[in-house]
Amino acid sequence: MIRAIGLTKDYGSRRAIENLSFEAKQGEVVGFLGPNGAGKTTTMRILTGFMPPTYGTAEVAGFDIMNESIEVRRRVGYLPETVPLYPDMTVFEYLKFMADLRHIPDAEEMVDDALEMVRMTQRAEGYIANLSKGMRQRVGLAQALLHRPEVLILDEPTIGLDPAQVVEVRSVIREIGKERTVLLSTHILSEAQQLCDRVLIINKGRIVTEDSPENLQARLMGAERAVLRVKGEAEDLLPTVSKIKGIQDIKVRADGALEFQFASGMDVRPEVAKAVVKANFDLLELSPITLSLEEIFLELTRDNAPVKKGARDA
Amino acid sequence: MRNIWTIANREYKHYFISPIAYIVALLILLVLGIYFLLILFQVASSAYYMGTTTPPSTDDILGLMPFLLLFAVPALTMRLLADEHRAGTLELLLTSPVHDWELIIGKWLGAFLFLLTIIGITLIFPIILNYWLVEPGIDQVLMLSNYLGLILLIAAFLSIGTAISALFKNQIAALFATMVTLFFFWYLIGWPAYVMQSGGEIFRYLSMSTHFFDGFLSGSVSLGDIIYYISWTVLGLFVGTAAIEMRRWQ
Repeated sequence: MIRAIGLTKDYGSRRAIENLSFEAKQGEVVGFLGPNGAGKTTTMRILTGFMPPTYGTAEVAGFDIMNESIEVRRRVGYLPETVPLYPDMTVFEYLKFMADLRHIPDAEEMVDDALEMVRMTQRAEGYIANLSKGMRQRVGLAQALLHRPEVLILDEPTIGLDPAQVVEVRSVIREIGKERTVLLSTHILSEAQQLCDRVLIINKGRIVTEDSPENLQARLMGAERAVLRVKGEAEDLLPTVSKIKGIQDIKVRADGALEFQFASGMDVRPEVAKAVVKANFDLLELSPITLSLEEIFLELTRDNAPVKKGARDA
Repeated sequence: MRNIWTIANREYKHYFISPIAYIVALLILLVLGIYFLLILFQVASSAYYMGTTTPPSTDDILGLMPFLLLFAVPALTMRLLADEHRAGTLELLLTSPVHDWELIIGKWLGAFLFLLTIIGITLIFPIILNYWLVEPGIDQVLMLSNYLGLILLIAAFLSIGTAISALFKNQIAALFATMVTLFFFWYLIGWPAYVMQSGGEIFRYLSMSTHFFDGFLSGSVSLGDIIYYISWTVLGLFVGTAAIEMRRWQ
């Protein structure tokens, strides 16, 4: 469990994060999204005990990050943005060193398990200096998973991995997220969409909004849009569809389909379907258009973006 | 304690794959070896030409060690924390369940054990003297005093180097800063004692070389000299820990 209360961090005169409050429960994967310099890494560094906040506090796994920092660090698995590895060590030696620092009983067995989890068993005796970027990332992840932490904090965990490795790492995170708390930052928005139960969008050190990826999409849209595709010219349907109550802003798309808008909560699609059939057109598609997380992200992190309903002035 | 040992063990092993550590070890042993031969040559020639012999002792050889350490210690300590900072692995250590003081002591201990290994090799010189060259053997109390002084001096030098390495991100900057600091407390701080008419004693006391040459090297072990070097060691480790703590707050 993570509970941040009013976290603020100043680097000299520059405020990196301001009054950040959020929670991540056990069994929840929370995504931290934001442009570069938004304060994601700073927040993660505070939560992992790397540095203290200027103001505010946080509880991680039931312990205070300031007064019980060692207890917090014992229970957190952390993969920093730049994977911290010793190139002069073999993969096994490195993980064994980390396991010893964490006083893990049956260290060698736990190292083997962590290597298995990230599919690096075959390279256990290889020197870290000779590993590819993707493999180094996996060793870093193994280090974070080594002690089966209650809380896992991952800064860009899939960066530098090839597509097959990305799929594997995501499945590991998903598996861990079922029982433990996972906080991950990412630039890959589809990753947040796939992995996270909840997304925090952070910009200029403040949380702009937080919700599930699905709710974010619905909430931001306000009005919903749909696309209608029929066999033949959809343009011929314009007079019929425009008469339906609640429909606004109809336009013919370049691909021949019709696109229209209707108020949220007033789904007009059943009426549209009936009207199309009544007019003797063959209905091919009638589907909602959703905003991708990319669009939401851009919308919320652009300058002077309005803070949406439900957003916390965190 | 376990964390200190884990960190020290890694540091110690790291020295054995580090070219700089090998160069340092080689230079110390090579220079001391040549110096040893020169001493033997000098003793032999004075015996030949003047018929007098003053048998060589360990203080003749180990008297050169502090000078070598002024260069060796900065080379061995420069990367201890500065390189962890540069490579980003400091973040790993500072987010592990390790106290800052454990990290600093562990780093220092790794370097200390490495230099002790080299010092262990230098025991070959007193052994050669004792069994083959000096009859009826060397002054072993003097030898113990010399080595005790040397070990305490190494502990103090290394703790200063460790502290300075914790203050820098750049190894080369740490190297020069350590070298300047050691030179200052070895040579320069004692100078006012020779110039001032009165009140210079404090500078003489502060000088690290006074306690080594007038104390341990001459065979007189005093509690004051022991405490002096231990104080330096503790101070260095304290400053190193404070530097890490400061880094967290930056």
